[in-house]
Order: sequence, then C-alpha cells, then structure tokens
Amino acid sequence: MQDEPIPRRDESALRALVPRVLASLVRRGEDFDAAEDAIQEALIEALRVWPDHPPDDPRAWLAAVATRRLIDARRSEAARSRREEVVYLEPRVGVGDATGDALGGDDENEGDDTLFVLFCCCHPDLAPTSQVALTLRAVGGLTTREIADAFYVPEATMAQRISRAKRTLGGPTAARLDRPGDLAVVLRVLYLIYTTGHASRIDLADEAIRLTRQLTLVTDEPEARGLLALMLLGHARLPARFDAEGRLVTLDRQDRTRWNAREIAEGVHVLQSALAMQTDDRPPGRHQIEAAISALHDDAATAEETDWLQILAWYDELVALTDDPVRDDPAAVLGRAVAVGHVLGPAAGLRETDRLREVLGERQKWHAVRGYLHEQGGDLAGAGAAYAEAAERATNLAERDHLVRQAARVRAGTGPAEDR
Amino acid sequence: MPKYLILKHYRGGPEPHHPFPTMDQWAPEDVEAHMAFLHNVADTLRASGEYVDGQALTPKRTWVRYGGPDAAPVTTDGPHPETSDLIAGWYMVDVESYERALEIAAWVSSEPGPGGGPLYEWLDVREVMSGKASSDD
Repeated sequence: MQDEPIPRRDESALRALVPRVLASLVRRGEDFDAAEDAIQEALIEALRVWPDHPPDDPRAWLAAVATRRLIDARRSEAARSRREEVVYLEPRVGVGDATGDALGGDDENEGDDTLFVLFCCCHPDLAPTSQVALTLRAVGGLTTREIADAFYVPEATMAQRISRAKRTLGGPTAARLDRPGDLAVVLRVLYLIYTTGHASRIDLADEAIRLTRQLTLVTDEPEARGLLALMLLGHARLPARFDAEGRLVTLDRQDRTRWNAREIAEGVHVLQSALAMQTDDRPPGRHQIEAAISALHDDAATAEETDWLQILAWYDELVALTDDPVRDDPAAVLGRAVAVGHVLGPAAGLRETDRLREVLGERQKWHAVRGYLHEQGGDLAGAGAAYAEAAERATNLAERDHLVRQAARVRAGTGPAEDR
Repeated sequence: MPKYLILKHYRGGPEPHHPFPTMDQWAPEDVEAHMAFLHNVADTLRASGEYVDGQALTPKRTWVRYGGPDAAPVTTDGPHPETSDLIAGWYMVDVESYERALEIAAWVSSEPGPGGGPLYEWLDVREVMSGKASSDD
C-alpha cells in the first residue's frame, strides 16, 4: 500500500501491460512460471517507483525490469551449477536496452498476447480457485496482496495458491493451450471473478468487465460478447442494490434512476452485436440468453412494466440448452418459474418449483423464490415460512438479513409499499 | 492487550432470561432496531480500536471425524441436535482488560428484542491464548 498511489488511469494502463509483457517473455522461450513471478516483481516495483519517476516507455521499463529479475533468479540458481552459469549468463535481451521491439511485441500482437496468457491461466487442469487467482495476477495485473484482500484470505495463502497452480501447469504449457474448447473455460473463469463480488480496494466485478472487454477485442466468439453484455447489464444495477443503510434491495423495488444508463447502453449494444452473428447452426448461447433477460429487466422503467412474456420466451430458450434442465441447469428452471409466476400466475410458478424440490430443496434460493411466489399469490403465512426457511440456509449476511426482514414483514401482514 | 472471543449462540447456554421467538417472527420495526443496534456495536468497536474480527455462522452443523485408513470421513449431525450448543457467530476484541471484555459482551446482550426491550441474551466470553511463550526472565 503506497502513500501516494499512482493515478487510477495510469494504474489500469500498467495492469493492461502485464499480460502483454508476460506473453512476449514466454514466446521468447522463458518458462511461464518464472516469467510470471518476474512480472509480478516488476509490477510491485512499478507501483512503488512510477509515482515519483514515471518511465518514458512503460512497457519497455516493465519488460526490462522483469528480464533483470529473471536473470537475477537464474544467477542465484546458477551459483549452484557452473554449467548452468555458462548457458544462462548470456542474456537474450540486454537489460539496459530492452524495448518492446526487442521483445518481439508490437501493437498488432497485443490482443493475441492477452488471449494467450488468458488461456494459460484458465487451463482446464487447474481448480477454479487457482484459475481465478492466476488470471487476476497474470492477466489482470493485480498484486498477490490485492487478490488476497479481495478474497479475504491471508497473502501467504494466496501466494501459495498461485504457486501451486503454476506447478500444476508445469512443463511447456504453450503447446497444450490453444484448444478451441478452452474458451468456454475462460468465460466461466471470468464470470466467476465477476460474481465473486466487491471488496477492498479492488472491485472484482470491474476487473472481470475489463478482462472480458479485452477478450472481446481479440475473439469473434459471440458468447464472449454475450458474457460482457451480461456483466455490464447486471453491474449497471449495482448502485441501486443496497440502500443508504446497507440493506439489500431486490430488483422489483430498486430505485431505477440510480441504474447506470451508460453501462446499460453499452451492454445492449454489445448484446445486439453478438445476436447479429447468430445463424441456424449457431443459435445464441447461455451468456447471450442470460444477457437478453437482464436487458429486458433493465429496459423497464418500472417493475410493473417488465416484459415478462419476452423474459419467459428467453427462459424457454435457456432451459432448451440442456437435455435434462432440472438436473443440469436447475438455476435456469428456477428463474423460469418466476417468469411463469408473472405470466401464468403464482400458482403456476409454484408448480414449476415443485419439480426442483429434490434438486434444490435445501437451497436458499429455492425457498426465497417460493416465498416470493406465495406472497404474490396472497398466501402470507406460506410466504413467511418460506422466507424463514431461506434465511436459515443463507450463506451471505446481507441476504440473510434481507430474508429475515421479508419473513417478518409478510408475517406482520405488511405489503412492500408500507415497508419503505 | 488480551484478546477475547465473544460468542453468540443460536441455542445452548444457561437458562434464558426470558423466552423469545426467532427473529423472523418479530415485528418488522423490532427486526430493524435489532440489526441497527448490532451494526452500531461493530462500528463503535472499530472506532475505539478494539475490534479485531466479527463473523456470523450458518446454523447448519456437521460433526466429522477420521474414518480410518482408506475410509471416507465419518459425519453426523450429532446425537441431540435440538438441545446441543450451536454457535451463531462471534466478535473478537482486543481490549485493556477482562472487565472491558465483559462490559462489551453485556452491551451486546442489551440488544433490543421483540417489543423493543433488551434481549438479555447470554454471551460466552473466552480469552484467546497468545501465540508466543512469555519471557522467562
């Protein structure tokens, strides 16, 4: 934590350089693990030095410092082995004169570099927590400290998670990393970062949006755009999600004037560009469908004006993506039940949730949705019991408190309006 | 300065001062008052420099033990899940004295309950052992 951090704009420019410099080092033949460590050290050095001594060429500075760290690391290793010293003391790039060109990078390669590192970090052999941590460090340009703070774990724990992940990768990663199926994993990791939330100085949702935006610049895959749209359209509502006292406010009761109109506009635009690429062979994927549902919520000036008929139609598409949606995608079936409740009535919605009892019966969300549908149908006792059941299963304090309030409110026979 | 863990319970502990229903059955304004009180406790302890940590636990508990070589861990909900102690959460405070820890716990226990009066909830105060051996001279 510096006393005078470098301005946010410069800082995000610095972070964007991290995957590019890393990719150029790896392409030059450096080991991914060692190069990633070297970049991390260079980054920490940059955060310390740049506020007072901004470099003329940030990228060349970062590359030069990382290269010097790599050489230093080898020297200390080589002290144990004369033979290694002979091999390594000849640096492939002079420390003093390292430039972007010398590292084989130019702006044309920028996107490929980011994608390359992203695919390395989201390797399918890694556990999701490792993929997330490594992506934030190597692609997001965050320090281990910042990532640890964002996840509320000690820095040493996060450092261990990252080095273990890199050991798992091991070997010549580059050779195994260009499999086309991997994009789905990358998208899942980015979404996981997005949903992990907002803590400390680093807002992980902002980070996820930044990284996904970078990804959409280098791949035409519509699902990448779908994911970016989904993030933007949800993030736009964030300013209205909590009231002044920090209490959770559900979508139907949010102050919609507080939604971020710029993010909604961008999200809709990105989604349209993705949907425009669909063909009979390539119908919209999960992220595009979820973004479309989110866009319909964002589009309504009041909760009453929500176009539930269209939302239900998109949910039909979503559940059609899997053969057995109750088992394979119960969250989609549950979301659809709410839409059914609005279109066909609360009783019909509740019947839809019945199909999920076996799969989701122990989950907070299932009880919360049933509480909502009971309340919509005027069964306040049923709603109170369901909200209380949901509260008991909550794993998030703000959500638990919200559900306790909901239970108390419906049991007192008070409608949402009087509660405000 | 000694550290103390102040434990809140879902159930268990001495005979309650008076019985009360779970919070989802209180009047909405009593729920609000209760939550606001506890937020204020945490804020005040932060401001006084005594707050170390505070966490809430979900009520689902699983007892688990080693199952033996090549066997899965053995789990159970416990022999008498409805009567055994169940911790709901804690504050960890770093304070001048044991007396101050009791004072903080008693303040937490004065939290408003249904009807607005104090809950008189029993809290469990435990001293945290320090990590290093004390000086031997």
